[in-house]
Amino acid sequence: MKDLRTISVTVNGTPYSREVETRRTLADFLRLDLKLTGTHLGCEHGACGACTVRVEGEAVRSCLMLAVQTNGKSVATVEGLAKDGKLTPMQNQFWEKHGLQCGFCTPGILMTMTEFLEENPDPTESEVRDALSGNICRCTGYQAIVDAVLATAAQARGEQ
Amino acid sequence: MQMRSFGQSIKRKEDPAFLTGKGRYVDDIELPNMAHAAFVRSPLAHAKIKSIDASAARAMDGVIAVITYHELPETLRQRRLPLVVPVESLTNPRLPYTLARDEVCYVGEAIAIVVAENRYIAEDAVAQVMVDLEPLGVVADCRAGLLEGAPRSHLGADSNIAATMPSVTGDIDAAFSNARHVFKESIFQHRGGAFFMECRGAIAHYDQFSENLLVYVSSQGVHRIKRSFHELFDIQDSKLRIVTPDVGGGFGPKGSYYVEYGAVAAASMATGRPVKWIEDRRENFVATHQERDQYWDVEIAVDENAKILGVRGTLTHDNGAYTPWGIVLPWISVATVPGPYVIPAYDMTLISVITNKVPTTPVRGAGRPQAVFVMERLLERVAKELGLDPAEVRRRNFIKPEQMPYDVGVIFRDGRPVVYDSGDYPKCQEVALEAINYEAFAERQKAALSEGRYIGIGIGNAVEATGLGPYEGVTVRIGTNGNITAYTGATPQGQAHKTTLAQIVADHFGVSIDAVTVETGDTSNISFGIGTFASRTAVNAGSSAHLAGQAVATKVREIAAQLLEVEPDDIELTDGVARVKGPSNRFKTLRELAVYSLGKPGFSLAPGMTPGLENTAYFTPTQSSYANGTSVAEVEVDVETGRVHINRLVMSHDCGRVINPMVVDGQVVGGVAHGVGNALFERMVHDDQAQPLSTNFGEYMLPLAADVPRVEIHHQETASPNNPLGVKGAGEGGTIPTIVAIVNAVANALAPLGVHIAEAPLSPQRIIQLIDEAKARSVA
Repeated sequence: MKDLRTISVTVNGTPYSREVETRRTLADFLRLDLKLTGTHLGCEHGACGACTVRVEGEAVRSCLMLAVQTNGKSVATVEGLAKDGKLTPMQNQFWEKHGLQCGFCTPGILMTMTEFLEENPDPTESEVRDALSGNICRCTGYQAIVDAVLATAAQARGEQ
Repeated sequence: MQMRSFGQSIKRKEDPAFLTGKGRYVDDIELPNMAHAAFVRSPLAHAKIKSIDASAARAMDGVIAVITYHELPETLRQRRLPLVVPVESLTNPRLPYTLARDEVCYVGEAIAIVVAENRYIAEDAVAQVMVDLEPLGVVADCRAGLLEGAPRSHLGADSNIAATMPSVTGDIDAAFSNARHVFKESIFQHRGGAFFMECRGAIAHYDQFSENLLVYVSSQGVHRIKRSFHELFDIQDSKLRIVTPDVGGGFGPKGSYYVEYGAVAAASMATGRPVKWIEDRRENFVATHQERDQYWDVEIAVDENAKILGVRGTLTHDNGAYTPWGIVLPWISVATVPGPYVIPAYDMTLISVITNKVPTTPVRGAGRPQAVFVMERLLERVAKELGLDPAEVRRRNFIKPEQMPYDVGVIFRDGRPVVYDSGDYPKCQEVALEAINYEAFAERQKAALSEGRYIGIGIGNAVEATGLGPYEGVTVRIGTNGNITAYTGATPQGQAHKTTLAQIVADHFGVSIDAVTVETGDTSNISFGIGTFASRTAVNAGSSAHLAGQAVATKVREIAAQLLEVEPDDIELTDGVARVKGPSNRFKTLRELAVYSLGKPGFSLAPGMTPGLENTAYFTPTQSSYANGTSVAEVEVDVETGRVHINRLVMSHDCGRVINPMVVDGQVVGGVAHGVGNALFERMVHDDQAQPLSTNFGEYMLPLAADVPRVEIHHQETASPNNPLGVKGAGEGGTIPTIVAIVNAVANALAPLGVHIAEAPLSPQRIIQLIDEAKARSVA
């Protein structure tokens, strides 16, 4: 029988209260219940990183987390990055550097890399590549993503 | 001044939506009252279906229907999937029913579709469908399938061979009997699958009132999928519409029509509800087409100067259980072996073997990387045996630019002779060698070796047939609001068609690409289409965009000239207006001209004028446009762990005139990364019963950011004479020569240890094994 719980979650600053099945993943909660379809499912076993969102600021795989685990917490998704139609510096650099092709892995990469630059504002290329290694991109060969992340960091440091 | 977009690195029109989570992929579409599907799939590679008991599943709360072969519409019970490319040498075609009737031929073959209120319940119910299978003999390897007494991969088959086809030119016997040297190699190559990040998916909406079928599907070409629906279902053309929204990568396998699509449509017809199916990653590993195994037994004949006299041999190809694309994949392989070299005599026989594995169809590169691997390994062997520099052996055998157009003498899979149209192969290699400082490598290698470090350098040269016909269409139309829209059957999966085609169209009207909208992936937008695969869109759709844009611009000038009482040549198009050249500032807006062009109700059109600012062009190339490239890799191999580190990778590339350099670089770098995966990581592992053992991203390794090198790209631009833009395809050129360049580099690094390599991919374990084998040989 269905096991239901009511949860209260703040997503991109907006509070939501919903009744969910306990087995519902956070990814499905975001996509199906809140209609935030920018979070994509690439493997559903935590390997590809496409579904990465931030819970209480920490980048997590929303396919491996249950919606009920976010009760009382704040969640950030790709839809919350640009404010009033204005892209973030990182989104802009991805656009400038051709850091995306099919765009499917992009939301997860933006969420992962946004957290990464908060923790490491002055990374080397090799550190970016390491941090990016939990996100699979089949289109770009990563080079333009790495360049976009490095450019974002340089820009934030006032070097560009 | 006329604005020029062609040739500029313009930022993509696609990106703002993708960057903000507003991409619209098939799983993002939600229709009212939509139900969700999951498939019951075969757990065995070959078995007879004795019975299916779906009663428990059907009784579950939230389950709407369970459909097996027996509940399919009559036409799907009568008809197997259509054969996309029938050819004479395909003597044993095999195609599946939409759901397995009485036999399953690979692990993952669809047996039943479960439709439920949500995906969770559908998956629960799949587990409750009881299928009684009687195991049958399994062909798990294409060579084993050829052995005397091998089991048959299909019940009642006379043979496991799908096709045998020779490709022959020149006097091969004379070439080999007169040769100073003959060298033989047995080469194994394995390419896994596409593994796009967005798995496949489809939503079927059958409207029982209007009897219309609308299918949303993640594909590489809506029109061919529509055609397959037509062949399977008796639906009239006006009642069938196929739409492909944004696509999260395709790389070949999304170009096929799959059984799931018809099953989802049948489910929508049966339940009266829209039905969505989204492939999960495990299904993607067992049910989406792959490329897998090729075994090549080949020999090369050369004279005393290392000039090639002939190449001959056999390709044994793992076709998988069905032949939806016939022998397209191995045929491309055998036609690509000659590459950029003069080969007076060639005799290659392909044998395509039906195995009990998921079918193989083209994946980025489409059999070419394997062919290039074969030729380039043979040349390495020649260099080694004759004590020559590998680059020099290639120089001595290159087709020279002055030999263009060059007839290779073999027939390509488009039925046309392989005739290279243009390119400077010697220069392409020289540019790459110079960039990586090839001349000084021997010194670097010696120095490294003295420190106990094993570094190596490897070259791969490739010529690639791109821009295959038959055509791709583009309609350019100016709406009565003045908007310019281009509609095409080309269906992008990340290649930036909405930007690059807009660049081509925009130039005809002197506007920026923001003023041009490109609509793709909808059969209701344009009558015919083939799709985006085989590096064909720049050539085919690009040329059509050019021709249609040109025709509409000409008409705009004519009408404006009439209204402004000047000659058409006196009109220039710029910033959305048709203006009389010179200082007069007399003009008509595109909006005014579009309204005028439609005429007024009840009034006659001007004599000779056709209605509307619209033109449709279907560019039909006479043959492929041949792109070429050289990949040079420098690697270091850790002989303790077998790990390969790519220190540098230089790609010298000629895809003709470049529409958008930034986009082309993205295609090349992405293609190289795919090549890195095929050289070092990606392997679909099966056991001896053809049970897949690598069915997730923990077991199947895709190249990650830390694994791929920074690619240094050098462009040549030799315009193709085969199309009005002079372009050639760029989507696969990064992959094709890169695999062998890396493997050649590994072989070069390990040459001091006596290691011989004739395979890909090379895992660390395999490298250690090869080193150990070489050590054992040297002791013996």
